[in-house]
Amino acid sequence: MTLHAAPVSAPTALERGAAAPGVTIRVDVGPLLPRRGRANVGDTVFRALTAAGAWSLVAVLLSIVAILVWKSADAVRTFGWGFLSEQTWDPVANEYGALPFIYGTLASSLLALLQAVPLGVGTAIFLSEMAPSWLRTPVAFLVELLAAIPSVVYGLWGIFVLVPWVRSTVAPALTHTLGFLPFFQGPSYGVGMLTASMVLAVMIVPYITSVAVEVFRTVPVAQREGALALGATRWEMIRMGVLPYGRAGVIGAIMLGLGRALGETMAVTMVIGNRPEIAVSFFAPGSTMASVIANEFAEATSELYVQVLVEIGLVLLVVTMLVNVLARLLIWRVGDGGGGSGH
Amino acid sequence: MTLRSRRFVDRLASALAAACTTALLLPLVLILGDLLARGVGALDLGLFMHLPRPVGETGGGMANAIVGSLTLVALAAALGLPIGVLTGVYLAEHRRTPFGATVRFCADVLNGVPSIVIGIYVYTLVVLPMKGFSGYAGGIALAVIMLPIVARTTEEMIRLVPTSLREASLALGVPMWRTTVSVVLRTARGGILTGMILAIARVAGETAPLIFTAFGNQYWQSGLGGPIASLPVQIYTYAISPFDDWHRQAWAGALVLMTLIGATSLSVRLLTRGKIAHGR
Repeated sequence: MTLHAAPVSAPTALERGAAAPGVTIRVDVGPLLPRRGRANVGDTVFRALTAAGAWSLVAVLLSIVAILVWKSADAVRTFGWGFLSEQTWDPVANEYGALPFIYGTLASSLLALLQAVPLGVGTAIFLSEMAPSWLRTPVAFLVELLAAIPSVVYGLWGIFVLVPWVRSTVAPALTHTLGFLPFFQGPSYGVGMLTASMVLAVMIVPYITSVAVEVFRTVPVAQREGALALGATRWEMIRMGVLPYGRAGVIGAIMLGLGRALGETMAVTMVIGNRPEIAVSFFAPGSTMASVIANEFAEATSELYVQVLVEIGLVLLVVTMLVNVLARLLIWRVGDGGGGSGH
Repeated sequence: MTLRSRRFVDRLASALAAACTTALLLPLVLILGDLLARGVGALDLGLFMHLPRPVGETGGGMANAIVGSLTLVALAAALGLPIGVLTGVYLAEHRRTPFGATVRFCADVLNGVPSIVIGIYVYTLVVLPMKGFSGYAGGIALAVIMLPIVARTTEEMIRLVPTSLREASLALGVPMWRTTVSVVLRTARGGILTGMILAIARVAGETAPLIFTAFGNQYWQSGLGGPIASLPVQIYTYAISPFDDWHRQAWAGALVLMTLIGATSLSVRLLTRGKIAHGR
């Protein structure tokens, strides 16, 4: 530790006021004064280290974008915009179109949201407004535990438990009740879009719940008390005082969940069936951007094949980034306007 | 609306919210139950001691994958934790500056980047120049995933340290960096450690970025320069294989992985309960 050599005898508060006359207290206020030519070496080094950390994080993010753009340049040049709207996927014939994967990603994620949003928001309301306090902590912990289960374990459970159940029970029931819709027609092999969306829903629900709870926590107490004082029941207080105030934040929470769903890889790869086709039926096997990369990247033989898969990665990156940025902006709007509403 | 019907709606809403919570926790119970039911039966000492057997032969274990996972996570921690903490300190100290806000924003964006994309990135950056899948590539990929998590939790924890503590230290003439290291970081130690352990638990289960960085290996690893097995990749390979014996082992492996991760989260939560003020 470097000590400061010459104590500066600047007049301090003590000297000016509080101290008894005749007593001089010398205080080294050097470290507190504006630095001028006497910067602490340790400070300089430490500052540089932390700045290097910060810069490296920015550099990693920028280089991810740069490398994906660079490594897909040939594919982008070869196929142009048509790549995004082309349906054929035939690596043997060197014909590549990303539409089946874009469709698969969007369809599975939106289906997952349909299932996850009511559960997530309902649970968040329960946790923040209704649950007795002794129940809150354990339930919140269990919800977090759901987020801690690795993707591959969800996939394993999906293959051996969920897929047979969907094939034998869920799909027949849906055909029976909603079979007049084209989405619920045709045979179910168990694997497919519906099963993938169910796994995704379970995986993203903890994110939606925990962010929504955070959002509800920022609603001012006066807002609630005001509603109750006017004679509202608890539900009316929530509906009129809490929900409108937190609406932007809840939408942000949902979009954060959507971002997770779009990029989720292993569990989806294991239960979606991996067929690069667009089918109307939710029972049919499909494929997502993430799953096609996971399946084919290590085995991509030609240069162009790899480039095409990287381009799909680039599309996935751009979409998830947009969704995440939008989510952050919405959550910040209800939070403290620039910092802490976390993950 | 009459008071009676309003009360009815209130009770209905409460019941619905409680039902949502139950429906959300049901899959957790089912998954953990199935994991136990199917995993315990397949669990034996051989899983921890033997190498995988060739296709068609029953028996064998996942010893190499368990050791490989530990190696990869250790490498990721060695890279990701120090850089993450330094970044977190920077974020906490430059709370209101434009660059600080930019870095925080980048951390949140990086946290949302799909892990498979990070896999492609590390593949291009490490696997291609080294001309082969390697433990290094796997460790780096996991470190990139840890980086934003550690940085943001460190920042949050430092923000909980009272300013008066910092001022007291500075007033005693302690240089800024000593104040940060010995007072601020020491005070926030518990919370930062929690963040680190949760980040480790998170990457321990990552599979997607490892498929084409560390790749996987049926034998013992030959250092970090070659392909290296890991528990998640092994579970994946076994789960999608057509062999019953491999399915059995996949369940056992998943139980081991889940036990490691669950025990870590739980112990961290119990150990730090009440020690970090409101630290989520």
